[in-house]
Amino acid sequence: MDLTLKVWRQKDKNSPGQMVTYPIQGISPDMSFLEMMDVLNEDLLLKGEDPIAFDHDCREGICGMCSLFINGRPHGPERGTTTCQLHMRHFKDGDTITIEPWRAAAFPVHKDLVVDRSAFDRIQQAGGYVSVNTGGVPDANAIPIPKSIADKAFDAATCIQCGACVAACKNASAMLFVSAKVSQLAMLPQGKAERKTRVENMVAQMDIEGFGSCTNTGACAAECPVGISLENINMLRSEFIYAKATSENL
Amino acid sequence: MILDSRIPEGPLAEKWDKHKFDVKLVNPANKRKYDIIVVGTGLAGASAAATFGELGYNVKAFCFQDSPRRAHSIAAQGGINAAKNYQNDGDSVFRLFYDTIKGGDYRAREANVYRLAQVSVNIIDQCVAQGVPFARDYGGLLANRSFGGAQVSRTFYARGQTGQQLLLGAYSALNRQIAYGKVKMYPRTEMLDLVLVDGKARGIVVRNLITGKIESHSAHAVVLATGGYGNVFFLSTNAMGSNATAAWRAYKKGALFANPCYTQIHPTCIPVSGTYQSKLTLMSESLRNDGRVWVPKTVETAERLRRGEITVNDIAEQDRDYYLERKYPAFGNLVPRDVASRNAKLVCDEGRGVGASGLAVYLDFADAIKREGQPAIAAKYGNLFEMYAKITDENPYERPMRIYPAVHYTMGGLWVDYNLMTNVPGLYAAGEANFSDHGANRLGASALMQGLADGYFVLPYTIGDYLAKMPYDKVPVDHPAFQEAERNVMDINNRLLSINGKRTVDDFHKQLGHIMWEYCGMARNAEGLRFAKQEIRKLRDEFWRDVKVVGVNEELNITLEKANRVADFLELGELMVDDALHREESCGGHFREEYQTPENEALRDDENFAYVAAWEFTGVDNDAVLHKEDLKFENVKLTQRSYK
Repeated sequence: MDLTLKVWRQKDKNSPGQMVTYPIQGISPDMSFLEMMDVLNEDLLLKGEDPIAFDHDCREGICGMCSLFINGRPHGPERGTTTCQLHMRHFKDGDTITIEPWRAAAFPVHKDLVVDRSAFDRIQQAGGYVSVNTGGVPDANAIPIPKSIADKAFDAATCIQCGACVAACKNASAMLFVSAKVSQLAMLPQGKAERKTRVENMVAQMDIEGFGSCTNTGACAAECPVGISLENINMLRSEFIYAKATSENL
Repeated sequence: MILDSRIPEGPLAEKWDKHKFDVKLVNPANKRKYDIIVVGTGLAGASAAATFGELGYNVKAFCFQDSPRRAHSIAAQGGINAAKNYQNDGDSVFRLFYDTIKGGDYRAREANVYRLAQVSVNIIDQCVAQGVPFARDYGGLLANRSFGGAQVSRTFYARGQTGQQLLLGAYSALNRQIAYGKVKMYPRTEMLDLVLVDGKARGIVVRNLITGKIESHSAHAVVLATGGYGNVFFLSTNAMGSNATAAWRAYKKGALFANPCYTQIHPTCIPVSGTYQSKLTLMSESLRNDGRVWVPKTVETAERLRRGEITVNDIAEQDRDYYLERKYPAFGNLVPRDVASRNAKLVCDEGRGVGASGLAVYLDFADAIKREGQPAIAAKYGNLFEMYAKITDENPYERPMRIYPAVHYTMGGLWVDYNLMTNVPGLYAAGEANFSDHGANRLGASALMQGLADGYFVLPYTIGDYLAKMPYDKVPVDHPAFQEAERNVMDINNRLLSINGKRTVDDFHKQLGHIMWEYCGMARNAEGLRFAKQEIRKLRDEFWRDVKVVGVNEELNITLEKANRVADFLELGELMVDDALHREESCGGHFREEYQTPENEALRDDENFAYVAAWEFTGVDNDAVLHKEDLKFENVKLTQRSYK
């Protein structure tokens, strides 16, 4: 396949960026999208040009490192797919493909397509854990968890923290991401002791980081590569309202 | 040099408890006077850093990814072993110990492996307490499944994402300590040198991957939990960024590198499809619980299949060779990984491989789907089936998966004693970065177990023993040893940036990978290894003459990052070849063609090779010096491994 790529190039956080056009030839439909980017980068390098920086690591769809806003959609056109698992067979010979970084004020650009997602880590640090020290814990089977609840908690726990939900949202809201962790731990008995402070602190941190508000458009869940459900946002809302109504943090 | 493994005296089952009592303690009020550096934040690093923080030490943790939650531990699919015996099927600490020692082809230390089996029980409790959502039965209790190399069901799992869920547990424990201020986290930061002061590890030099700034960090002890070096093969199941640099530079500062040639080849990966391919994707070993491995019985049928004259569904039952079930009736498709891999290679070498390249075998779920129904199979392995379909564009519910062995895990690593300390005082290695627990082959679901055992339950005890004996004084980062290490790092970077040759870093990496796979891969022989050594030296010379690295150090420079890593792989590859050549026996993941039984099984030489091969650096173009740690087996009898 022969393609035309329009790629966002930006030297660093403080420099202005621009779209740059690169023609590319001989792409196999069996390549992954990132392998296509590798091919382009090898061409650029041999010409002595700076290769395009993009984030990626496991290339198995699980580490959440890959990003890329492809033709106006996070992780490209395939539903339920990370960029590293997107294959070129979903494009056609002669296509023009636009590739941009995640766009959100809370995710500043480091370089080209690489953005700073450390705001997500800080939200997790605000309460996305169960306070338990190593050692001295009860036997794992001491507290049975009904399968239906374990499965629901698991569904929430599958979030890979890639940021597609933020990129998809017109307000750059982080509600789906935050809701996934809050729901997982609120459902499990181990997480119940801290459920009120957790939701209050995580939501507060989300605001501090500059993510926008949620207006229930559902774009986040539609574009989530691992299928985190909007139900989690409902749960986050009720957890938050309950926590605020009964807060001990007055 | 004498390698003292510091294995405690006494009966096997009492060694760890006795040792925990014998180690020196640091008074809680004094813990805050000690600084510990942890490099790598996967299962071993994150769990260690979090636990050190909980104990009261000051911790600095480093990872090259943008978040500790991206470490490659996250990609582990199938499960984690623990001798809980919840299934009442005869499991015990001793049985897990025995399976692991036997699985590793009797090339691991008894004492370490027994301790691993002991603490496996605590790991599951710890993770559940953190909110890790393991699979559960309808009664609400934890579910188990079985894995290769074991006849009991002791593997705990979280769908096909066990690594992710365990890592998120460790990441959350780490986050808690970051929030408390006990751990300072440095993401997008790569260790490029180890700093020794008075012969002790006292710090590291790192490159900030965003700004290129070279910085020094000082501490009382340094823990390397930097994973494995499988990417020396270019194509592997490791994440793209996984590398050997931190461990390799520690080796060049005097830490011994043990059993470098023990590479685990995983039997169930999606086969290579083209030269552009950047990595290989694993299909969890758990699939072999229900999937049956087969190839056509005759070369003629396989050829017709490859030519497209017939499809897989045209091959009648009696024309299929379920070779694992035929050769190993007791374990069947659940034989250990080295056995399954070697047999896949054998049938492909015979010309019975499938797929366009002929380098694949079938993993067939038709019987399981007929027996249990598609929804039941989807519930167990759904995400793996989807992943397979995405990559290959084939529906594995309708026709069997094609799989082939690929480089997965490296059992070799930095040599450590029972305390997980290398021969460099104050330098520790944990998880895949050390060599200690898997011998010559790693059984399924045991990497996650070792990573978390080291981080949660071993290092936090043993590191105190070292710290308690040293003064609180801190080494300032303007100490000459730090200055020299910084200069060394800058020199290497400048050299790489100034070559301005014609070949890309990836081009060199691919060529190295090809040499390694052909001559030091699933099967090796003396002639091939000698040839590989020459080829690697030639390639390394050419790299330093002709590699093309653009840009400058003071920026996010992906080419410079890769060039540093590949420069180290080019040296490590040679050491792997040396190690493979000297070991004139076959064991586990190390198969020397000259040493095999009439049935093509690995033929060990316990008389001459029951030792750990630990190599000492003596200069890049000099041969490394071999030191041996003899392995003593007092509790298991060394026998020919048989899974028949």
